[in-house]
Amino acid sequence: MSATLTRLPAADTLRVATSGSVDDGKSTLIGRLLYDTKAILADQLATVERDTARRGGSGMDLALLTDGLTAEREQGITIDVAYRYFATPRRRFILADTPGHEQYTRNMVTGTSHADLAIILVDARQGILPQTKRHAALVALLRTPHVALAVNKMDLVGFDRAVFERLRDEFLALTASLGFESVTPVPLSALEGDMVVDRGTNLDWYTGPTLLQVLESAATTRHIDGAFRYPVQLVSRSRFGERADSRGYMGRIESGSVRVGDEVRAWPSGVAAKVAQIVTLDGTLETAGAGRSVSLILDRQVDVTRGDLLTHAHDAPVLASEFAARLAWLDNTPLDPRRAYLVKHGTAVVKAKIVAIEDRLDIHTLQPIAGDTTLSANDIGRVRLKTARALPLDPYAAVRSNGSFLLIDEATLATVAAGLVEEVPQRG
Amino acid sequence: MAAPAHLQRLEDESVHILREVAAESERPVLLYSIGKDSATLLHLAKKAFFPAPLPFPLLHVDTTWKFRDMYALRDRVAAEPGVELIVHRNPEAERLGINPFDHGSRRHTDLWKTEGLKQALDAHRFDVAMGGARRDEEKSRAKERVFSLRSEKHAWDPKRQRPELWRLYNVRKHPGESFRVFPLSNWTELDVWEYALRESIPVVPLYFAAPRPVVRRPGGWVVVDDERMRLEPGEKPETRVVRFRTLGCYPLTCATESRAATVEEVVRELRAARTSEREGRLIDHDGAGSMEQKKQEGYF
Repeated sequence: MSATLTRLPAADTLRVATSGSVDDGKSTLIGRLLYDTKAILADQLATVERDTARRGGSGMDLALLTDGLTAEREQGITIDVAYRYFATPRRRFILADTPGHEQYTRNMVTGTSHADLAIILVDARQGILPQTKRHAALVALLRTPHVALAVNKMDLVGFDRAVFERLRDEFLALTASLGFESVTPVPLSALEGDMVVDRGTNLDWYTGPTLLQVLESAATTRHIDGAFRYPVQLVSRSRFGERADSRGYMGRIESGSVRVGDEVRAWPSGVAAKVAQIVTLDGTLETAGAGRSVSLILDRQVDVTRGDLLTHAHDAPVLASEFAARLAWLDNTPLDPRRAYLVKHGTAVVKAKIVAIEDRLDIHTLQPIAGDTTLSANDIGRVRLKTARALPLDPYAAVRSNGSFLLIDEATLATVAAGLVEEVPQRG
Repeated sequence: MAAPAHLQRLEDESVHILREVAAESERPVLLYSIGKDSATLLHLAKKAFFPAPLPFPLLHVDTTWKFRDMYALRDRVAAEPGVELIVHRNPEAERLGINPFDHGSRRHTDLWKTEGLKQALDAHRFDVAMGGARRDEEKSRAKERVFSLRSEKHAWDPKRQRPELWRLYNVRKHPGESFRVFPLSNWTELDVWEYALRESIPVVPLYFAAPRPVVRRPGGWVVVDDERMRLEPGEKPETRVVRFRTLGCYPLTCATESRAATVEEVVRELRAARTSEREGRLIDHDGAGSMEQKKQEGYF
C-alpha cells in the first residue's frame, strides 16, 4: 500500500440530525455544508444550475441540492427523513435531514434516535421561537449529547453581534437544565457561506468555531463505556473452534464490552456461563466493544435462543413484565388500549398491552397533562405497559440501546410508536 | 493494519442487518448483479455467517446484455463452495429478443430487469431480497429504508414504509408481502472501494483502466463489448484508456477516461473525483423522477 493512502487518518463517523423549518433556511444550510465540503459532484451541480435557471433564478440555488422527492411529499410519506453523506479529512458524517413541517415530532424522533449531535436552526430575525424550545426538548428526551445552535440569516440582521449574543444567551439559559454534554451556538449565513465551512469575512467579531468545526470536534457517543448488552440474533450450530458441540451466539454488542473469560448471564432465564471465545471471520478476539458484530462461544451448553440478551453477571438489567415508558406516537391511527401490540426490544418480540396512559406532553409547554385516553400522531406521552413475558430492561437514561423499543400494531404490523423505558420496578 | 474506524463500523452494521434477515425471513435471497456493490455484499454475507455457509442463495436477474467480463466473474463466484447461484432470464424478453437497440433503454430495463426480478421472486417465493443499493447513489434513494416493504404485487407504497429508529428493525410482514433490504444503505462509493482494498474483494476488471474499443455516445464512452453492438453509420470504434464506475448492460453503460488501473488508484481517483458514479447510467436520465418511478414499478 502506498504512503499516500496509509497516511490518511482513521476517520470515525459522527451522526448528525438537523431540525428546523424550510423558512429557517435549512435546505440552504445543508446545501452549503455539502457544497463547501465538496460533497456535491460536478454532474449534480449541473443539474442544480439547470433547475435554478428553470425556476427563473441565476447561478445556483443551494436549497435545490437537497430538494428531494416532490412526489413522495405529495403522496404523504409518513416519515420523511433523508440521509446525506459527506466527509472531511477528519471525519465522516451521516446527516439525518428532518423536515420541520407539522409532522416534525415523529420525523425528529426518527432522525434523532441515531444522532450524536443535533443542529437546531433558528432565523436570526425571528429569535427563539416555541418550536425551537420543542426541538431542544425533543433532542434532550432522546438523549442526544451535543447540540449546535445555528443562528442563520445573520446577513439579514446586518451581521449584528448583539443579535447573536442575545439569542445565544437565551438559548443557553433555556437548555441549561436539559442535560446536554455540550451546547455550541454559531452565528452564520448559509446563503453567503459565512461560518458554515469557511469563516467568511462578515463575522470577524466572532472567534468561536465554524459549524463544521463543531461537527468535527464533537465527541462521538461512547456506548463502549456502558453496561455490556448483547441481544442474540442467531444461534449457529456450525463447528466453532475445536469443539464439535459448541454453538455460536451471533449478535452485535449494543453497549459496553466483553472479554474472554467474563462471566455472563442470558436473559430472561438468568442462566450463567463464561465467554470461551469471541469469533469473527478475521480471527478470534480477546475483547470486543460496542458496535462490533461477533459470535460468542460460551464454556458450557446453555439454552439460549434469538430474543435472549447476554449481559455481564455483575451488571444485570431488571427483568420486568410491567414498566413505565415514554412513547412517541408515530402512526396515523391513535393509541387504543384495547388493541394488541407487540414490543420489539433488542431481538425479542413480545405481545404487549397498554394498561394506562399516565400523561401526554403539551406540545407547546412540554409540561405533562394528565387525563388523556389516547395518544395520536406526534404526541409524546407516558404509559404503563404489560408484556406477555418479562423483558430484561434498563431505563433509557442509563443504557440507550437497552432502554429503547418499537411498538408494533399486531394487526397492521406497522411501527406505531417509539418507546423509551422510563421506570422499571426495583430489583427485589 | 488497524482498520479505519468507519469501515469497521459499516461492516458491523451490514453484518447486523444480514443476520436480522436470516433470522426473520423464511426464504431470503441475495440479489447478485456482479458489480462492486454485490461483491461487497457477498463478502459481508460470508463474514456474517462464518463459519457456517451462506444461509441463502444468490439470484442474478440476467438480461443477456452484460459485459463478458461480468459473466466470467459470475461463473467463478458460482463455482465457489457454499455458493448457490440462481440465474433468471425473463422468458418473454428472451422470446421477443428484447435489446436496447430496437426497443430502447426503457423497455429493455422494464422487461429484463423489473419484470424478470418479479418473476424470479414469485417463482421461488422469496420473501426477502437483499440488494447492494446505497443511499448516496441517487437523490431519490436518500429516504429509502434499510427494510423496504413491498406489497404482494411488489409495489412500493410510500405511506406504508416504516420509521427506522435506533438499530431496531420491524421485520414483520403479512403473507405475500416482501422486503427489499439494503445492508449497504449507509455506504458511499468511496467506502465500497476502500473496503474492497482492505479486504481484497475480487471485482470485475472493467472497473480498472485499460485500453478498450469505444464509441462516443451522448452519455460518454460506450465500450464495444461484442459483435452485437450496433454502430451508427460511419461510426468507427477507437481505442481509449477507460474504466467504469458502475456496471450494467454494456450498451447502456458509459465508461470514463481514467488511468486508475488498480483498486488503490481507484480510491485515490475517487478522493479527488468531481462527478457522481450514476452519471454513467443512461437509464437514470430517462426523464425527471425516473428512478423514483422505476422503484414504484418494482425496479430495485
